Amino acid sequence: MYAIVVGGGKVGLNLARELLNKGSEVTLIEQRRDRYTAIEAELEYVAQYGDGTELWVLERAGIQRADLLVAVTGDDEDNLLVCQIAREKYLVDRIIARVNNPRNKQYFDLLGIQPSVSATDLILRLIEHEVPQYGTVHLLDLPGEKLEIIEMEVVPGAPAAGSAVQDIAMPEGTLVISVLREGGGFVPKADTVIEPGDEVLVCLDPGLEDEVTPLFTG
Amino acid sequence: MLSSGHEVSVLDEDPLSHERLDSGMPTTWEDAGGRFTIGQAIERDALVEAGIEQADVFIASTDGDNTNLTIAQIARGMFEVPNILVRVMDPARAEWYEAQGLQTICPTRYAISMFEERLARIGAPS
Repeated sequence: MYAIVVGGGKVGLNLARELLNKGSEVTLIEQRRDRYTAIEAELEYVAQYGDGTELWVLERAGIQRADLLVAVTGDDEDNLLVCQIAREKYLVDRIIARVNNPRNKQYFDLLGIQPSVSATDLILRLIEHEVPQYGTVHLLDLPGEKLEIIEMEVVPGAPAAGSAVQDIAMPEGTLVISVLREGGGFVPKADTVIEPGDEVLVCLDPGLEDEVTPLFTG
Repeated sequence: MLSSGHEVSVLDEDPLSHERLDSGMPTTWEDAGGRFTIGQAIERDALVEAGIEQADVFIASTDGDNTNLTIAQIARGMFEVPNILVRVMDPARAEWYEAQGLQTICPTRYAISMFEERLARIGAPS
């Protein structure tokens, strides 16, 4: 696989290292001269100097044959533009954009730049995962596949508490895919009884969250 | 634009730009009918405060090509402003985004052709 990483800050450099370790061919584009020099000393020809939003810089990096482009500069407009140009002008199959300010995520969505990754969002999700009083946790959204996975803690007295999976009135388009109990996880069978305190992962079609949640959280 | 009778609202992150608008004018920018909002063009709230929802024309002319191209596409996609003009210094990006349906203005290209014109007038050997 040939990957182009735009932005050689901490995220970009470590990402490039990981991709190289996994056997990918990588070019890392950095526009600050001092950073470029440091990267070049370590990664040699992998580093290229230039503004990754300029077409000739992308072409010099061989964007026409890239399988993946990751834009991880500290500037959201730059990341957005690089990804847009990569996908729409150079027809790169896979793009990933970093969102620095979560409020800009709406613009990435608006222009169809997906997936976009925001560190703030990821940390927020971890907090929600660690602090269960937040209730339902959105683990994963796959808008392209039209699927969501949510996590809930089963509340005593909820309809699902004490019921076998097959007896829970799950709406069409939802499925209990995993149960976390006493530090371990397993895939439930139809006759598995859900206990209060269990954490369940439910896979669902988008929009069904409000129907499913009360079954487990009362 | 204000003096040719249009209603103009300026959005800029630097309050100094407001003073610059006032300088050399007989009245203040507001007294002349202009509007001024301090804020970043990438902020949705700032755009709304500046009146983007009522705008017939949106002009993106910050000093950053990528900011201009981004906010122009926000104006088009999110606020459906009917006319959008974008300043893009880099001729290559200006050309490609023009082909994608954005009306781009590339000062670099104009400067080059003006230089060429003057050079031709000087009669420099080619």
